[in-house]
Amino acid sequence: MSAQPDALLPFADAVATFDPVLGLEVHVELGTATKMFCGCPTGFGAPPNTQTCPTCLGLPGSLPVVNRVAVESAIRIGLALHSDIAPWCRFARKNYFYPDMPKNYQVSQYDEPIAVGGWLDVDVPTPDGPRRVRVEIERAHMEEDTGKTTHQGGETGRIHGADYSLVDYNRAGIPLIEIVTKPIEGTGASAPEVARAYVAELRALVRALGVSDAHMHQGSLRCDVNVSLRRGPDQPYGTRSETKNVNSLRSTERAVRYEIQRQAAVLAGGGRVVQETRHWHEDTGLTTPGRSKEQAEDYRYFPEPDLVPLAPSDEWVAQLRRTLPEMPAARRRRLQADWAVSDFEMQSIVNAGALDPIEATVADGADPAAARKWWLGELARVANERGVEVGELPIFPADVARVVALVESGALTDTLARRVVDGVLAGEGSPDDVVAARGLKVVDDDAALLAAIDEALAANAEVAEKIRGGKVQAAGVVVGAVMKATRGQADAARVRELLLARLGVSG
Amino acid sequence: MPSITRDEVAHLARLARLDLTDEHLDRLAAELDVILTSVATVAEVATADIPPTSHPLPLTNVFREDVVHPSLAPEQALAAAPAVEDQRFRVPRILDEE
Ligand SMILES: [Zn+2]
Repeated sequence: MSAQPDALLPFADAVATFDPVLGLEVHVELGTATKMFCGCPTGFGAPPNTQTCPTCLGLPGSLPVVNRVAVESAIRIGLALHSDIAPWCRFARKNYFYPDMPKNYQVSQYDEPIAVGGWLDVDVPTPDGPRRVRVEIERAHMEEDTGKTTHQGGETGRIHGADYSLVDYNRAGIPLIEIVTKPIEGTGASAPEVARAYVAELRALVRALGVSDAHMHQGSLRCDVNVSLRRGPDQPYGTRSETKNVNSLRSTERAVRYEIQRQAAVLAGGGRVVQETRHWHEDTGLTTPGRSKEQAEDYRYFPEPDLVPLAPSDEWVAQLRRTLPEMPAARRRRLQADWAVSDFEMQSIVNAGALDPIEATVADGADPAAARKWWLGELARVANERGVEVGELPIFPADVARVVALVESGALTDTLARRVVDGVLAGEGSPDDVVAARGLKVVDDDAALLAAIDEALAANAEVAEKIRGGKVQAAGVVVGAVMKATRGQADAARVRELLLARLGVSG
Repeated sequence: MPSITRDEVAHLARLARLDLTDEHLDRLAAELDVILTSVATVAEVATADIPPTSHPLPLTNVFREDVVHPSLAPEQALAAAPAVEDQRFRVPRILDEE
């Protein structure tokens, strides 16, 4: 894209010299059954152009009608962000020519957003545990998503010399809520972590509200990251760049870090930051310049004549307020107290995305410590290997709870339990299915264990002699051999007991 | 002084992706000036206590329930496309696209 790589100042130097100011615009695609202004379905991944109608294709004679649930979702998001809900507001047309919208305009809200002001407290992870930062909200407004364009041609095109774009309008018209922060100041070196924590908290919030699945990798939650630098907190804001469509939490953090380093290098070199839109590249971790905003965009907003104004009554808003669930921060505090874990442990649980699975596992009867051990240990490791979130693994919290119960009852050892979990993850069915199919059970037949012990002693005569002579710690070798012979299905403590009794020594 | 300049008309034409000749611009600038002047007489009678009207009907909160209606078949949706490829609208290359 850009011919030359950007010069970057080391991050520590950048934040020592400059004061970063952030602005975050998050687009949340609502999980309504239908689009914002028509009855087309909104399912992700449908074949191209199978979810369109005259309204979302902008055909002449079609008229939009607002989806009630989309407005309710917008109001509930606003209430959860402590915003004021506008008693009266209108939609507006944002006019532009770009084939991602067949109408040549996008229906949005301009100077009359549905939700105004508010705040969201976020817990920013630090080495000393979470630090609470209050992010002020400017507004939240409703709009419709655009179609999806794919560029053909250049190096990637299948047809030599081809240079054109293909458009799928399935996504055009899906309801979006855009949530815009006020400038976030005073974060200093923690700006990247604050940005990430904010997006994570907002994601948790919309999921708790049940208004969106908020999958960043599927684009149902997207973040535009505005960054500017100034010499100090008493200075006016610097020129900002806007990095578009950052689609993971990690990228949010990286994009902020990158822009701080890039702009710092420009400013330190005596240059000036250009106000522009930049694109984030997940693969390279770079941003590259897009449209320059030096000439302000002229969208010629005007009130949408095809849609009547919205006037949410106090009663309606009050009724929606009563539907608000426990907020994620309150829920975390409650669970942390219930589970008796430290701030630091709680931070690890949240960062691992293991809060929901652990809560569900505990609800299915598992001890919180045991549930935590599985989801942060073995399962986190597998999730990491597979590059998915731990909650996306093909194992239910109820399965984990069952495994915990089997270990507690003595039916499985830890080693066997791991093999059961492996089986469940491999699609072999429930824990009980795996136990039955793989024949996994603790060998609790002392006679069988003693036979294995005798065999191991015969094969390790020298060790046996040492143990008899009082070197009890050498017993581990024999126990290990027995465990190996029984393919991990014996209880190691019981084997040790039997072994020492056999040799006539006391543990 | 005209209420709209020829440069402003040219700017609007560019925003609307209309390729207008000089002749067109001259004519439209004059015609739009007449229209704007006529409309401006309305502004003279409108006092500060009359808000600009965007919707003539005293209606608010017209909603649709969130119920799926059948979409068009893709062949119907694409019937008016200038060109089609892979069941998608094929359009000239979009600049500034990733
Ligand atoms: Zn539609």
